[in-house]
Amino acid sequence: MLRIPCIRCGPRDENEFVCGGTSHMVRPALKDSDEVWGQYLFFRDNPKGLHLERWRHSQGCGLWFNLARDTVTHEIKAVYAMTDAPPDTLRS
Amino acid sequence: MKYSAWALLRGALSGHRHWTPAWTDPTPRAAYDAIIVGGGGHGLATAYYLAKNHGLTNVALLERGWIGGGNTGRNTTIVRSNYLFPESARLYDFSLKLYEGLSKDLNFNIMLSQRGLVMLAHSRHDLDSMSRWANAMRMNGIQAEILSREEVGEMAPCLDLSPQARMPVLGGFAQRRAGTARHDAVAWGYARAASALGVHIIQNCEVQGFVQEHGRVVGVDTNRGRIRAERVGIAAAGHSSVLAKLAGFRLPVTSYALQAMVSEPVKPALDTVVLSPGTGAYISQSDKGEMVLGAMLDLFPSYAQRGSFAVKQNIIASTLAMFPSFSRLPLMRQWAGIVDVVHDSSPIIGATPIPGLYINCGWGTGGFKAIPVGGWTLAHVLATGRNHDLAEPFQLQRFINGRLIDEAAASGIAH
Repeated sequence: MLRIPCIRCGPRDENEFVCGGTSHMVRPALKDSDEVWGQYLFFRDNPKGLHLERWRHSQGCGLWFNLARDTVTHEIKAVYAMTDAPPDTLRS
Repeated sequence: MKYSAWALLRGALSGHRHWTPAWTDPTPRAAYDAIIVGGGGHGLATAYYLAKNHGLTNVALLERGWIGGGNTGRNTTIVRSNYLFPESARLYDFSLKLYEGLSKDLNFNIMLSQRGLVMLAHSRHDLDSMSRWANAMRMNGIQAEILSREEVGEMAPCLDLSPQARMPVLGGFAQRRAGTARHDAVAWGYARAASALGVHIIQNCEVQGFVQEHGRVVGVDTNRGRIRAERVGIAAAGHSSVLAKLAGFRLPVTSYALQAMVSEPVKPALDTVVLSPGTGAYISQSDKGEMVLGAMLDLFPSYAQRGSFAVKQNIIASTLAMFPSFSRLPLMRQWAGIVDVVHDSSPIIGATPIPGLYINCGWGTGGFKAIPVGGWTLAHVLATGRNHDLAEPFQLQRFINGRLIDEAAASGIAH
């Protein structure tokens, strides 16, 4: 059972949350090409290792936030607000 | 050597010393006509069909671990072809037909048991959508039967059909030709047959890079050196994105853990496969007597080959809602595979952006049933450079031009 550290509520069981997939993707303009839209909608890095992803505390406070999590060990390396950039500590 | 009753008898009379290794363990050559990356069921089937259908035997299959050690050894062994769209129906039923002749073709008992698959309807909506599903199958020439509540109960007597059931059963539908096959045997059978035709099965050989010249792939770099080939096919399931990154492109794939578990073996109590789309849980009884349980994905990206207890709770609660009498069974073993999920729950079989490099991936939670057709079609494009007719709708390009084959929405199958 993952314990997800909600920014508002603190660590809660994973089944209170929904994972919203890869974070920091910029939505293209409507006029952009099929290729650009296809890449945005479907193509993913899908890293084996550190993944920056969005989570929502859907069964709790409802907050969206970012997690830096390892997709092999499931270790959560950082939690940060939805509109923030990834923390510098991740670069090490 | 051919497996037969005579071979068994000969062995019994001579201390079983005459058995030869089922596949060879060759040293990799410097170059081959074709390389397959990934020694699971799909890769091994590709190796076999390259040799058998196309006469291409100067082929190496490279597996970083041991063959069949990935998802092929971790699935719940179910085979079926109950999909909605004509393109899917053709693809998966071709695979099921290959399974029907496979033990004979490979001279290896894959233990195919066409014990049927029953999908449960828990609501009026379920009954309606199952009628649509069964009719779509019949329109695609695949047998499907709508079942009454009583008929469902006859097929699975341990099901809770009482009015107090947590998930009341109103009826269901069945594909009689569906069933199970022994997953390890499928891997070993294809490996043995491919090896006998001259394909090199090379284990403990990890691809660490793709060698490209003039924009084409010309080989791979591995932990056992460089191996050249002008045709390379990737069949690596949950690791598809990792390999794509090495080659410099991306896929519409996210890797998730799909869990499964088995109980201790018990006497026969369930002789069909039962699936509840309402909860996502499904169950069958192995030939050893174990109840084999599975359900939904752990819904966050993972390469861990293990899932969380939260999902186990769901799987078990859903299963016991169907079969309350199984609540006393000790669970013996649990594990997960790494499944490559794409948005429309349909595979990708064909060219990558790199000339000479082809890929077979995106099967998500549904790869085992498709091992024969995945191998057949990847072998076809590797050998001829043209997509097999069955694979033509399943190209990478559909994620740009929007021509998705949306099995997820259509048939409610959680890939």
